[in-house]
Amino acid sequence: MRTGLIAKKVGMTRVFAEDGAHIPVTVLSLEGCQVVAVRTKQDREVDVKKRGEVVGKATRNDGYTAVVLAAGERKAKNIAKPVRGQFSKAGVAPKAVVREFRVAEDMLLDVGAELSAEHFVPGQKVDIAGITKGRGFSGAMRRWNFGGLRATHGVSVSHRSHGSTGQRQDPGKVFRGKKMAGHYGVERVTQQNLEIVRTDPARGLIMVRGAVPGAENGWVEIRDAVKRARPEAAPTPAALKSATAAQAEGEV
Amino acid sequence: MAANIIETLEREELARVRGEKTIPVFSPGDTLRVNVKIKEGERERVQAFEGVCIARSGGGLNESFTVRKLSFGEGVERVFPVNSPLLDSIEVKRRGKVRRAKLYYLRGRAGKRARIAERTTGRREEDGGAED
Repeated sequence: MRTGLIAKKVGMTRVFAEDGAHIPVTVLSLEGCQVVAVRTKQDREVDVKKRGEVVGKATRNDGYTAVVLAAGERKAKNIAKPVRGQFSKAGVAPKAVVREFRVAEDMLLDVGAELSAEHFVPGQKVDIAGITKGRGFSGAMRRWNFGGLRATHGVSVSHRSHGSTGQRQDPGKVFRGKKMAGHYGVERVTQQNLEIVRTDPARGLIMVRGAVPGAENGWVEIRDAVKRARPEAAPTPAALKSATAAQAEGEV
Repeated sequence: MAANIIETLEREELARVRGEKTIPVFSPGDTLRVNVKIKEGERERVQAFEGVCIARSGGGLNESFTVRKLSFGEGVERVFPVNSPLLDSIEVKRRGKVRRAKLYYLRGRAGKRARIAERTTGRREEDGGAED
């Protein structure tokens, strides 16, 4: 399992394919996606502290393998001190979002490595997770695609209501989980099998066919599709920005 | 760069799909001959669709136009993206004198009542160059 990427949703546009078809695409921007830590199964020695004093040594390991990525920009003064400590330990500038990606043991990356948009190859399918737009307190029609009541035939006031919520004295209750009006949106949603249309490593952009959960300027996580085989061309363990590429970007 | 990434991308995509192609200046009311590339199996040929442009909508990369013609007494409308790679070329056959941007009123008319007077003077009569 390879690492994914953190990206910012920029917006949507269209591109034309060679055969004339137009493809609606969402543009995602990498915003300096860097490794800030790795989780490994290797034992390491840590100090055991009691009220700030070191009282002994112990061996610990994370019990799983993952890379911790961070992206975006945030002023150091706006980041909690413990998190700031993690950034400084990694030697990485403070960033807006931090996410962990589970990876296979041979797919671990070096701390500080910056990922490139070439991580995904055109034609590849990916899963993209984001926080959906908030819709507030929504009725059953919007939230659950209920049909509502009729426009005429004696229906009064309740055209958009959900209708019945159950049976009679038996069972005498509304079943748990009954779909009703309520808060909708602002939830984590993963859209599976979105196709990578193009990548632009120089600007750190990835174009994905179709829509992606969340609002513009929201953060999303992009991973290799779980339901498709990873293409051979996809770089392992990850596509990293080399020093020269970073320089070239600095000149742009 | 942040805010106008989409703008930049659209400009680049526009330049890419346009390539060497030039698109004549035309507006609703003009009679157009749109040459469309059609793929039949392996072979590619060009088919013309000739009619009155009744609307243009959108802008930049996303611009499209609607052409209406009568085919065997039946009104046929086709919407083309201005920048579609499938468009081989567009010829302006005749300039029309109209006072509206959308000529949807033509849908309800046929024959003599659907005529559009020719524009003989005024704006950029010669379609000298491509529009940008």
